[in-house]
Amino acid sequence: MTIRVSRRRALQGAGALAVAAATLKAPAIAQNAPIRIGSVATLEGPFATGGQDAYRAMEMLFQAENMTIGGRRIEWIRESSNAQADVALARARKLIEQDNVDFIIGPLSGAEGIALKDYSATLNGKTIINGGSGAADTTLRNPSRNFFRFNTDGTQWMAGLGTYVRRTLNVSEVTIVAGDYAFPYAQVFGFSLEFCRLGGKANYLWAPLGTTDFASQIAQIPRSSGALVVVHGGTDGLAFMTQYAQAGGNLPLIGGSIMADATMMSARGPHRRLMVGMVSGGPVADVIDDPQWNDFVARYKRMPGAFPSPSIHAVNFATNTMAAILALKQVNGDLSGGQAAFQRALQGLKFKAPTGAEVSLDHNRHAISDVFLNRIEERNGQPTTVAFQRATQINQTLGVPEAQFLALGAPSRNNPGCVAAS
Amino acid sequence: MTLQLTLTILLNGLTLAALYFIVASGFSLIFGLMRTVNMAHGSLYMVGAYVGYAVFEPLYDQDVWYAWYVGLVAGMAIAAVLGVAMQKTVLGWMQGQELRQALVTIGISIIVADQLLANFGATSRQFFAPDAIFGASFVPGVGRYPTFRLFQIGVAIAVGIGLWLLLNRTKVGLMIRAGVDDRDILSACGVNVPLVNIVVFALGAALAGLGGVIGATAQPLAQGVDGRFLLISLVVVIVGGMGSITGTAIGAILVGLAEQVGQALFPTYSVILTFVIMVVVLALRPQGIMGRAR
Repeated sequence: MTIRVSRRRALQGAGALAVAAATLKAPAIAQNAPIRIGSVATLEGPFATGGQDAYRAMEMLFQAENMTIGGRRIEWIRESSNAQADVALARARKLIEQDNVDFIIGPLSGAEGIALKDYSATLNGKTIINGGSGAADTTLRNPSRNFFRFNTDGTQWMAGLGTYVRRTLNVSEVTIVAGDYAFPYAQVFGFSLEFCRLGGKANYLWAPLGTTDFASQIAQIPRSSGALVVVHGGTDGLAFMTQYAQAGGNLPLIGGSIMADATMMSARGPHRRLMVGMVSGGPVADVIDDPQWNDFVARYKRMPGAFPSPSIHAVNFATNTMAAILALKQVNGDLSGGQAAFQRALQGLKFKAPTGAEVSLDHNRHAISDVFLNRIEERNGQPTTVAFQRATQINQTLGVPEAQFLALGAPSRNNPGCVAAS
Repeated sequence: MTLQLTLTILLNGLTLAALYFIVASGFSLIFGLMRTVNMAHGSLYMVGAYVGYAVFEPLYDQDVWYAWYVGLVAGMAIAAVLGVAMQKTVLGWMQGQELRQALVTIGISIIVADQLLANFGATSRQFFAPDAIFGASFVPGVGRYPTFRLFQIGVAIAVGIGLWLLLNRTKVGLMIRAGVDDRDILSACGVNVPLVNIVVFALGAALAGLGGVIGATAQPLAQGVDGRFLLISLVVVIVGGMGSITGTAIGAILVGLAEQVGQALFPTYSVILTFVIMVVVLALRPQGIMGRAR
């Protein structure tokens, strides 16, 4: 195959390249600095908005430190994943093995977290601090000594919601539509545990992450359901809600933690009308009556491209980044000795998350903190999540003794946690 | 499963197939007549949808009834312009070198995706269908059913009939069909073959843009849909037979039905069903269901 290029062709090509170079956007190039921090968040795929927002919050916190801790400059290397475990793992390996980072903050999504936890166990003298992922088994079963998580998990975020639906709303049967991967398993488990214990009945419809057409699942929702619990997020959640609206659905809605989120509510579409009044549980709300939160939101809003209120992913990444900064300050930027001092400092941290909730770690290096029950209200023409109840210091087993909780088995599609009280 | 549920799921499959047909018909047209494997077809879909949305949103804010239709036309137009630009500047002079064209179009799709991300950000968007086709209509045996999904079927049928008429009943169609069989003789007869190619590329790209706006009304528009619709287009035309409009329709129906029936019966593994169909077709009839053996 040969191509002959005439002079005119070459000139045309050069001209086109010049136009392209002048108009297309090019990435900025990072500068060198001594503490190398890598991060993995989803800038692609269903949680692309959340990943962007997570990096927005991290940037804000690093900037507040003037990109320097203990006299050492921070070099921050951002990687992107698409919410798939294999991609997150490949990017984390690249950060550790090629970019030679000291520690990683990330990932964002459930199954990714489990993959990076397993990877961290194979590392020596390196640390992974979770970003926003919320699958239970990232820290509950077979934990890794190099993996720390300062955000609460999907099961904890549902604390109080099952009780609210059964007792306050007096609903005896719900249908749960959920994503078919680790994070929704944890959420559904947390909800079902409370709801079924109080005598509720739950039907389950699972769909793989990345589903765009839910029409046939919507048709299968049993008529006997008194409420619909939606544990989807990102574009999956948006697609589900839009199509549910188009199909004329009108059940009372209960949301998983990433449903009632800035990602969903900043998107325009017919889903918004349905979402007003939806009750959900989670580690954050737009309106929380707490000075620390109001201060965080005010700072966040000054960031370019910020949402009216930080998304759940931004808050989780911020909580974990705050922990990393606090621990780095305690050891004065010293990561020598296989990071032993740094990891000890992380383990011993006790601080206030952006929401004003006290955070500390349990023996599995997992967060004990507060969660909120939220309701979506229309405020200034914008749907807004308002926290109306706060459950304080929820641990990973929702107060159930750990051995008993572990005996229930790992949350999965076949083990959604619906065990009636005996 | 009740009869009503079965019928609903079948109708869901058909309406989804309609969307797939609209997108894949452009892909099939370009391949069938020009032998260009346009791996940037998904990008044309996405450009049509995003640019259409950028035109649609300010009009929608002003509450004018024709906002969606203007967005639709804008999406088709920009996709057609981009398609012509691709054919004119890069693909035209490597005509017949299929591997090279495939690689170049993959490169274009990566650039386009990053440019869209830089310009539009990662926030999901969705068109609001005009009032006339929003809401639900009554369908016998199914009950209330989203009107927009029925509208999708109407558009797909119109596209199918339009393409058939164009190819079989017009002078341009005559030239296109002659070009498929022997480009050199057609050229010797005094027909400007590069111009015919550009017309075909514009048409195929405009169909991708049409699919983009329709698709972004039925499902959310987000970064990454380009890859999804490219993959679907590939599967549809491989199953149906490259370059055959009827084949594309059959392929789209099979893939659409497989996706919806799979979701109803075994949601976790529904993705596999699509590829099972592809494997079976390729094993028994490698040229596709309606493809011509060569």
